[in-house]
Amino acid sequence: MSGLLETRRLTRQFGGLRAIGDLSLSVNRGEILGVIGPNGAGKTTLFNLLTGIYPPSSGEILFEGLPIAGLRPSEIARRGVARTFQNIRLFRQLTVLENVRIAYDSQIVCSPPDALLSTPHARLREKESINASMELLELFELGSLAENRAGDLSYGAQRRLEIVRALALDPKLLLLDEPAAGMNPSEAMQLTDFLRWVHGKFSLTIVLIEHHMQMVMALSDRIEVLDFGVRIAGGKPDEVKGNPRVIEAYLGTEGELP
Amino acid sequence: MMDGIKKHLIPLSLLLLGLVVAAVLPATGLVNDYLQFVLISVAINAILCVSLNLVNGWMGEFSVGHAGFMALGAYASAILTVKLFPTAPAALLFPAAVLIGGCTAGLAGIPVGILSFKTRGDYLAIITLAFLMIVKSGLENIPYTGGPRGMLGIPRLTTLAWAYFWCVVAFWVIRNLVYSKYGRGIAAIREDEIAAEAMGVNTRTAKLVAFVTSSFFAGVAGALFAHQLQFINPSSFDILKSTEILVMVYLGGVASLGGSLLGAGAVTILTQSLQPLGTWRMVVLPAILVVLMLYRPSGIMGYRDWAWLKPFFSPAPRSNKKKETEKREGPQ
Repeated sequence: MSGLLETRRLTRQFGGLRAIGDLSLSVNRGEILGVIGPNGAGKTTLFNLLTGIYPPSSGEILFEGLPIAGLRPSEIARRGVARTFQNIRLFRQLTVLENVRIAYDSQIVCSPPDALLSTPHARLREKESINASMELLELFELGSLAENRAGDLSYGAQRRLEIVRALALDPKLLLLDEPAAGMNPSEAMQLTDFLRWVHGKFSLTIVLIEHHMQMVMALSDRIEVLDFGVRIAGGKPDEVKGNPRVIEAYLGTEGELP
Repeated sequence: MMDGIKKHLIPLSLLLLGLVVAAVLPATGLVNDYLQFVLISVAINAILCVSLNLVNGWMGEFSVGHAGFMALGAYASAILTVKLFPTAPAALLFPAAVLIGGCTAGLAGIPVGILSFKTRGDYLAIITLAFLMIVKSGLENIPYTGGPRGMLGIPRLTTLAWAYFWCVVAFWVIRNLVYSKYGRGIAAIREDEIAAEAMGVNTRTAKLVAFVTSSFFAGVAGALFAHQLQFINPSSFDILKSTEILVMVYLGGVASLGGSLLGAGAVTILTQSLQPLGTWRMVVLPAILVVLMLYRPSGIMGYRDWAWLKPFFSPAPRSNKKKETEKREGPQ
């Protein structure tokens, strides 16, 4: 196992608020890393830093050994970091197929003149992108909904589509921001199986932010715990579960994790 | 490949037939000069409408500077035909003049595109308004092109055939763009710019492509306009001209090729038939806009298009046979 992603003393300041402070993490190739912590711990900020939506105030981010801090989000996405959003951010007005194709488009080479004049090269790439995107949709049983507007899908299907869209980037690292938000326990268990299947099928490395503890514990190889932008604990799920600092961060001084 | 060519044969021959009709019609005497003028205006307005739609409809921004790009195209082409090469044969000069008019406007689209990297919505609308004012005041202060009086004696080179030709080119190119990687990127920017970037869309390239293409065709339309009216001055390209194009876009339908055609046709014919009202017709159009915003904010054909305007390789939903076998392998 080697490091796929590494952060070194990563810091992000919002005015006087230190959302992420001196955070040094590493993500191993092929693992599922859970990131937990109370609300406002800086988990989503961490994802926004990793995907280039915010530049870090200081510190480094290395992906496959190369620094990616300061690159545009689209460039980071092209290098193989895909994500989903806590509040679903699909292109609602567009069709399911178009949603997937937009992500797949980063893999096709087609210059603006080619596109404007619809050259044979451009048309070939178009066909390729349709076929590849349809194949992906069918694999996730969304094929029959390809021509529906993404905003018209059910909540569960929208969550699934967001993951499919991220996979269309052909990522090496998938960042999932609360994929089980708004799901009941049985739906969350289904999602757990689903994510395990995705992880194997696409040989991915996954970083998962989640509040459903059962799900995090079941899926993660390792867990990192954040509080106020600082790493307070980390390790195997069982170690984290019993760690008094974690329990304190979540529940106050006494109690037990669910 | 042969199959592909066959598929394109029917629309291609229909378009050629249209060109032949447009070329022959004026000579037959079946249409009078006025009707011809209206038809040419419809074509020019359709070019303006579909090109503005690229930015305001597909990309979801609000540009009010379209008349500025149009002015640049009109002046650049008129300088060529009136000042620089007044004696050149029209058959050669005119296509070059229109093309150069388009390129001049297209170049001006680059800075506006770059400014759109950091600004959105209302703020970008104000930038396009400022651009329009700069162009208009600039032209008013250049003695070479007649200052506020404008340019007179432009040869009447815009024929029905040329107007039709450029209209087809504009729709074809913008259709290609809209149904390409860049077009999907442009629509993604409209839907959610942050998600678009996170999904690998280079939003800067997409915005530049949109603004340059849009302003290029505004310039083309301006060149055709100048050589139709034979007279241009800076106040032909003020905010009212932009508003007129905006009405076409929002009446016909945002993000729609068919809507652009419909909007341009309806508004042109309406303004012509409202001539008896005199200046009061300037009240009718904005009033239509108000009603539209209340009851159908995305226009008649908003976000939809006729199938015959879409490319042939548009996906058709596949049969469900394959799905059944996948189901066993898939999750859940």
